[in-house]
Amino acid sequence: MHDERDITVDYLARVEGEGALHLELRDNEVADLKFKIFEPPRFFEALLRGRRFGEAPDITARICGICPVAYQVSSCNAMEDAAGVAVPDQLQRLRRLIYCGEWIESHALHVYFLHAPDFLGFASGIAMAEFFPDRIEAGLALKKVGNTLMTVLGGREIHPINLRVGGFYRVPTTAELEALVPDLERALEIAVETTRWVSGFPFPQFDRDYEFVALRHPEEYAIHQGRIASSGGLDIAVDEWPDWFHEEHVEWSNALHARTSDGSSYHVGPMARYSLNSALLTGTAREEAERAGLGVTVSNPFQSIVVRAVEMVFACEEALRIIEQYRRPEQPSVEVSPAAATGHGASEAPRGLLYHRYAIDGEGLITEAHIVPPTSQNQLSIEEDLRAFVPGHVQLPDDELQWKLEQAIRNYDPCISCATHFLDLTVERR
Amino acid sequence: MTPERLVIGIGNPDRGDDAAGVQVARKVHAGRVIVWADCSVLMDLWDAHDDVIIVDAMNSGLPPGTIQRFDAGDKPLPARAFPSTHAFGVAETVELARSLGKLPDHLIVFGIEVADVELGMHLSDEVADAVDRVAHEIDTMLGGG
Repeated sequence: MHDERDITVDYLARVEGEGALHLELRDNEVADLKFKIFEPPRFFEALLRGRRFGEAPDITARICGICPVAYQVSSCNAMEDAAGVAVPDQLQRLRRLIYCGEWIESHALHVYFLHAPDFLGFASGIAMAEFFPDRIEAGLALKKVGNTLMTVLGGREIHPINLRVGGFYRVPTTAELEALVPDLERALEIAVETTRWVSGFPFPQFDRDYEFVALRHPEEYAIHQGRIASSGGLDIAVDEWPDWFHEEHVEWSNALHARTSDGSSYHVGPMARYSLNSALLTGTAREEAERAGLGVTVSNPFQSIVVRAVEMVFACEEALRIIEQYRRPEQPSVEVSPAAATGHGASEAPRGLLYHRYAIDGEGLITEAHIVPPTSQNQLSIEEDLRAFVPGHVQLPDDELQWKLEQAIRNYDPCISCATHFLDLTVERR
Repeated sequence: MTPERLVIGIGNPDRGDDAAGVQVARKVHAGRVIVWADCSVLMDLWDAHDDVIIVDAMNSGLPPGTIQRFDAGDKPLPARAFPSTHAFGVAETVELARSLGKLPDHLIVFGIEVADVELGMHLSDEVADAVDRVAHEIDTMLGGG
């Protein structure tokens, strides 16, 4: 007689079916495992066709309320690539600065409100707030500093409107940026405390041999520009992405699964960035990583929460450094004239590599758009983690196993993770 | 504390009926109006206010356009009725604020039941009608309109 267990995690939110997990166990072996996500970029790719090239940053920013800057920077990079325009370094510094704000905001949300409750045994950040009000307030304070940085540079906190192909609509004054320094210094302290706090969490023994993929830059921890590198030795220009990676449909999900050209999974996000670029972290971030016990690379996905905390330390330090060196550019943007061409752009969204490709015609209209978000690149890796994790934990009761599996999914901070604390969980035994 | 009442409309303007709260906030004549998509900033927004009204789309299984009014000081909001694709929906934020002792003295939350939240900028007829009624009720409460 077979012992069959079905674990199905359905997600109910404003739109049903944005993410779901189905696991079927037979004789304690994984018989079937499917992780599904709903992927908004596909709709936007169609929407973009026929629009002017300069509209891409504002349209694609609407794909994600948590990481609009990533979409804006990747699309700007692609359009500037198509036009053959180089944006001056001072404007690039500002892109990096607003991106630091997005990393702080997004990581603070995930570390404190989505992931920490998993480790501490709370069902949500709200439940945690009763017992750890100081921590939750620290998380809110960090997030607020990220918001403020986004507002000053982006014009508003959600869906910033100040970025454009060629630069910005308006660049901040030195005084406007200097006013942020006290908040950022405080945020740096909180981020350091955060790193020390989360590094003491209990981490399941679980290591994977990932193919990490992230941007790499010779002089800095890559965020807004760089070449695409991998732990397997890949080192390519962003416009070579289609030669080395591809996407495929799978029948159980409307999202595309990305693979390397030899068909393997790969891993993007904080762990990939850290493992490829940790030597380029700022001083305090490097010290805190070492103190937290992180090696040169990290292979336990449950430790991603520590890497996110280290990246918050880095983002605060980097933002302070950029502000200290800031000289207001004379022009907020450079002229970009469209030519019939294809452009490729990438940047490091909080969740990992975000690749955009656009074909534009001689009139500057978009004829083709292709957007590959981090979560679709991580989808295979998430499934493989779950398949590898289940056998060692199959003796857990269903509810505990579900919890651990959700936690394993949240290691990636997938776009659906916002909702996974409100999952309807059902277990079927047959 | 600021005596002025704060009216906050919540929702994604590009997602059909999800924009109901935003549309109400735009229609209200009196009181200060702030439109927002992500609730995590609510506590900062209402920080200096004793008297706050929030309007959000609701998805609780009731007929589209149904209006519900909650007094957040009385009891917890039904989290299931206010789902969010962001980490913080209205209900979560209100409960978080309650845990931290940061609720305004008076907090009224209006929910408008949605019909359709597909991408797009239109409101369904029932929801558009409910938006008008809630805006009117708020204006009456605030002595404006």
